[in-house]
Amino acid sequence: MIEQHLSLLLVVIPLIAAPVTAMLPGRRLPWLFTLSVTWVCLLLASWQLSVVMNGSVISYELGGWAPPWGIEYRIDAMNALVAFIVAAIAAVTLPYALRSVEKEIPEYQTSLFYAAILLCLVGLLGIVQTGDVFNLFVFLEISSLSSYVLIAMGKQRRALTAAYQYLIMGTIGATFLLIGIGLIYAETGTLNMLDLNQRLQPIMEHRTVHTGFAFIVVGIALKLALFPLHLWLPNAYTYSPSVISVFLAATATKVAVYIMLRMVFTVFSSSLVVLTSYMFLVLGIVGVILPSISAIFQTDAKRLLAYSSIAQISYMVLGMGFASVLGLTATLVHVFNHALMKGALFMAIGAIVYRVGSSRLENFQGLGRQMPWTFSAILIAGLSLIGIPGTAGFISKWYLVLAALEQQSWLITGVILLGSLLAVIYVWKIVEIMFFRPVPETVIEVREAPASLLIPTWVLVSANLFFGFNTELTVDVAGTAVRLLGVTAP
Amino acid sequence: MKHNLILRLIAKFLFPVIALFAFYVQFHGDYGPGGGFQAGVILSVAFIFYALVYGLKTTEEILPPHVLRLLASSGVLIYAGTGVVSLLMGENFLDYDPLSSEPAAGQHLGILVIELGVGITVSSVMLMIFYAFAGRGQP
Repeated sequence: MIEQHLSLLLVVIPLIAAPVTAMLPGRRLPWLFTLSVTWVCLLLASWQLSVVMNGSVISYELGGWAPPWGIEYRIDAMNALVAFIVAAIAAVTLPYALRSVEKEIPEYQTSLFYAAILLCLVGLLGIVQTGDVFNLFVFLEISSLSSYVLIAMGKQRRALTAAYQYLIMGTIGATFLLIGIGLIYAETGTLNMLDLNQRLQPIMEHRTVHTGFAFIVVGIALKLALFPLHLWLPNAYTYSPSVISVFLAATATKVAVYIMLRMVFTVFSSSLVVLTSYMFLVLGIVGVILPSISAIFQTDAKRLLAYSSIAQISYMVLGMGFASVLGLTATLVHVFNHALMKGALFMAIGAIVYRVGSSRLENFQGLGRQMPWTFSAILIAGLSLIGIPGTAGFISKWYLVLAALEQQSWLITGVILLGSLLAVIYVWKIVEIMFFRPVPETVIEVREAPASLLIPTWVLVSANLFFGFNTELTVDVAGTAVRLLGVTAP
Repeated sequence: MKHNLILRLIAKFLFPVIALFAFYVQFHGDYGPGGGFQAGVILSVAFIFYALVYGLKTTEEILPPHVLRLLASSGVLIYAGTGVVSLLMGENFLDYDPLSSEPAAGQHLGILVIELGVGITVSSVMLMIFYAFAGRGQP
């Protein structure tokens, strides 16, 4: 019975758990409950992935209404892969949360904080599971509203302005998406993704469809933090609580990449893909280089990683720009691998914040020797970020370069390599300050971070190494997903 | 507002009228315009009006914030719980057919229960927002 309702339970279980969590008293109880819910979700997500890995599709009719009239949950390899990433990151982040949240969130807000995390999880999983564009918008709002709240819970007062900035930008993005959905609904009279795809084919040249497409792409690009629309991201990641930086950096933008892929390739496809292709390539090239350079000049470790995230997202956008099988495979593989490396890096920085109380790089001097485990986690995840062979980052860069070479695009190959070189500089900046600078004499002794923070960090770091050698899960599933997207270009 | 007798009397008089209208909109929702969202807002308006005249403190004694928090959560649980009941009865999530002996009656009952959940959550969240703005500075 569970297998039949698998795709639904993944969304409904955290949805029911969220209000229950909000009613639980104290600090430990809400945490324990949330932890078990995320682990159940991970179990369901991996089950779902194993079912659709071979290329089959699960369809679920909500309320017993048949699609295209009712809401349909439609799971193929791509949904299942992204849902697995979201559930896995949540399951790894929650053990990390207990100590970190104790330090950063006042007790009377703890249960609400965990409830908001669960709601954010509901939203992200819902976006991935649903096969209905309006339902997707609703889940996008659930995840966005809860993430505004979560970012605003940061300890510094600037968290409030960061959340407000994100609120304004995110709302504009969501509104654009809704306007676009409204326009294509007016043209076709349907909201089901597959049905939309069929009904849009004959009227692809209508101006309304073009306008709707433009609104949808720009709206998602805002959520995605695509290069010129990225301004909300650095503040949001810098000032939010450590746990939220980890969770959002590893999941939120990845889910936005998923929405973009779904909308462009499943809903619209055909002639309009060519239109986005050039835009994605140009913005991707600029977006890899400029944010990487900004990252080099940052004085705050979290902000540095945030700028690096924008550059990494641009790699995924480059892959979408190729619109080829290899390019999209690279995008999906990088979605997976980037979640692993940024999750690990933000966790390690969070461990330092836990001990030192600040993420400013000037306070990191000499910490490498006092916190050796945290330091080596940053080092290995940093190498993965650069794309050193043997780490997960190498696999995605490799496929991206292959995709660029396949189209004989030397410029983009050069840009990808230049991006890696710039990554060397900003990762080295953290390493140099942490390891080669002496400890300032005024600073009191700093101990290694507690095990409950280190173990989740190292789980992600080892995943970085594991997926650097074993590409069966990432590349094969991504390949199946791209085949199902119906991309015909080589 | 202590000395404003007319206003205080009218507030007391209007409270049940507004609440009654809220329940009308709530339970008439499946025959005419209405439903949980509108009814929830109207019901919270009754309390907000009361609070404007009699003060926040008196209102918080009638409906304390922690009760509102429980109500807001339980509304969502009623909604999702209805879906789970139909799951347990062997149908898809939120398929109300098995809730009663015949499908039409089941659909009727299902939408009524779900709108009740929506109404409870909306009215308590509206009041929570009002409390948060009116009582600025208190945790």
